[in-house]
Amino acid sequence: MFAVYRRELRSYFITPIGYIFAGMFLAVSGLLFSFTILQTNNSGDYTYAGMYEYFLYLLFVFSILIPLLTMKLLSEEKKQKTEQLLMTSPISLTGIIMAKYCAALTIFAGTLGVNFFNFLLLLKYGSPNMTIVMSNILGLFLIGAAFIAVGVFLSSLTENQLVAAVSSIAVEVALLLVGILVNKIELTFFRVFLRWFSVLDRYDPFTGGYFDIAAIIYFISFTGVFLFLTIRVYEKRRWS
Amino acid sequence: MVEIKNLCKNFGDKKAVIDVSFNIEEGEIVGFLGPNGAGKSTALNILTGFLSATSGSARIDGIDILENPLEAKKKIGFLPEQPPLYPEMTVKEYLNFCFSLKNCTLPRKQHVREICEVVKIVDVYGRMIKNLSKGYRQRVGIAQSLIGNPEVLIFDEPTVGLDPKQIIEIRNLIRHLGKNHTVILSTHILPEVQSVCDRIVVINKGRIVANERTENLINAVEGTKRLVAKIVGPEDSVLNLLRSTPGVKYAEKLGRRDTDSVSYLIESEERVDVRKPIFYALSKATYPLIGLEGDEINLEDIFIRLVDPDKKDKTEKRRRQTPPASRGSAEKG
Repeated sequence: MFAVYRRELRSYFITPIGYIFAGMFLAVSGLLFSFTILQTNNSGDYTYAGMYEYFLYLLFVFSILIPLLTMKLLSEEKKQKTEQLLMTSPISLTGIIMAKYCAALTIFAGTLGVNFFNFLLLLKYGSPNMTIVMSNILGLFLIGAAFIAVGVFLSSLTENQLVAAVSSIAVEVALLLVGILVNKIELTFFRVFLRWFSVLDRYDPFTGGYFDIAAIIYFISFTGVFLFLTIRVYEKRRWS
Repeated sequence: MVEIKNLCKNFGDKKAVIDVSFNIEEGEIVGFLGPNGAGKSTALNILTGFLSATSGSARIDGIDILENPLEAKKKIGFLPEQPPLYPEMTVKEYLNFCFSLKNCTLPRKQHVREICEVVKIVDVYGRMIKNLSKGYRQRVGIAQSLIGNPEVLIFDEPTVGLDPKQIIEIRNLIRHLGKNHTVILSTHILPEVQSVCDRIVVINKGRIVANERTENLINAVEGTKRLVAKIVGPEDSVLNLLRSTPGVKYAEKLGRRDTDSVSYLIESEERVDVRKPIFYALSKATYPLIGLEGDEINLEDIFIRLVDPDKKDKTEKRRRQTPPASRGSAEKG
């Protein structure tokens, strides 16, 4: 399992994908940061308003960038037939999927960590509410983790990277927007049902500086479900 | 070493493998022979745990691949039809990756170097796989299967797409590996199994149609030997001369292929070599023999004779085979 993890991690950096992801993430995040948080706060306390916008925009950036990390994880193995090597090696299917998931998560978390530098700058020039910053970053991390699981799942369904990427973007944007769109639905049952998928609803507590246990469990189980589905996809392919 | 029992695999409605059973002893090199689409790769993929069988079982050294996949997989080195290579890695990185992937406990550097020497890839050790030629890629694929020194090696069409020189090298390599390993080699090329394998399992349309020692199978199929001769001289008298040569069962004119010589097809009686008598007879009559070659038995012939025994020629031996309807049960044992 560790071998697969290491190989995936390396492959992010011997192909341009790792650099593109980290570079784009940090560049766009930097721009957003200066347009929202830096410019909306003159008093130097960097409170709620600018941060809310910054993190919200960043979520949409995620939905486009995270598929970059996940699109080739499984689809490329299928296309190059290298999955035959993995699946005939003495390593469990769960191990393979988890290793790949963790590799993508590592790159994501690492970039998010570097991105934290922006907030350290704020500390130098003012006194931002660090609880809000930390809870937001935890929220971002959890949503990112869930999105990566979605991407891994979609990548397992196709052998075309582009299909995996585009469908991941579509699903992830839909997960972000469903909370807004769902209010127009008259049928209570559907509204409640669809709202369950609304990632932004669950994210709300984090924006206010609350570490909401229910939301944390929601995102972890969301991730778990999609990883489980990915494993099922492979099991099904073996048996049918 | 390898036991396959009543293996069946359905893809939806399509039956890819039907009731396949055979055993392979330790140290044997077994050829798994069949035309494209016969179910060879499917059967091998089940044996290696990549696919699951619809019914039946596959055991490696007594370990069931479904019940205890991790242990069974440790005993297998597998080269799939398309070698599973990561083009963006160097050979060194790739082999080291496979080494960790297989949880190999042998001394890493020494083991990898030994394998590279055996498959002769030392000179490309530091190169990117995407820059390697097809032959080298195949070798790297074989090297991958050798990591961890597994007892059973499974090669799925290892010589497809290689040039003749590379084919010979790979065959020699497999023969060499067969000294210390149990080898299963799938192919649709008859000379390949003939030159490498101790035993041949023939599969067609998902069923096993023969499972015999190589020489027995070849003899059974060959029976009468066919030759093609190029001879200069008046056609009628040459033909008469050929027909009157002892041991010749049948001769016919194939046609004029060069300006001065004519080609003839000659069938000898069973286990009689008629090449010398033909040469002496022709030289006595001063008809120059300018070419003589064996008409190679190919896979097609084997199939026509094994699968449709009544279709082409009806020698006694072939007629003795079971008719198609009852073959399924007759060949299981």
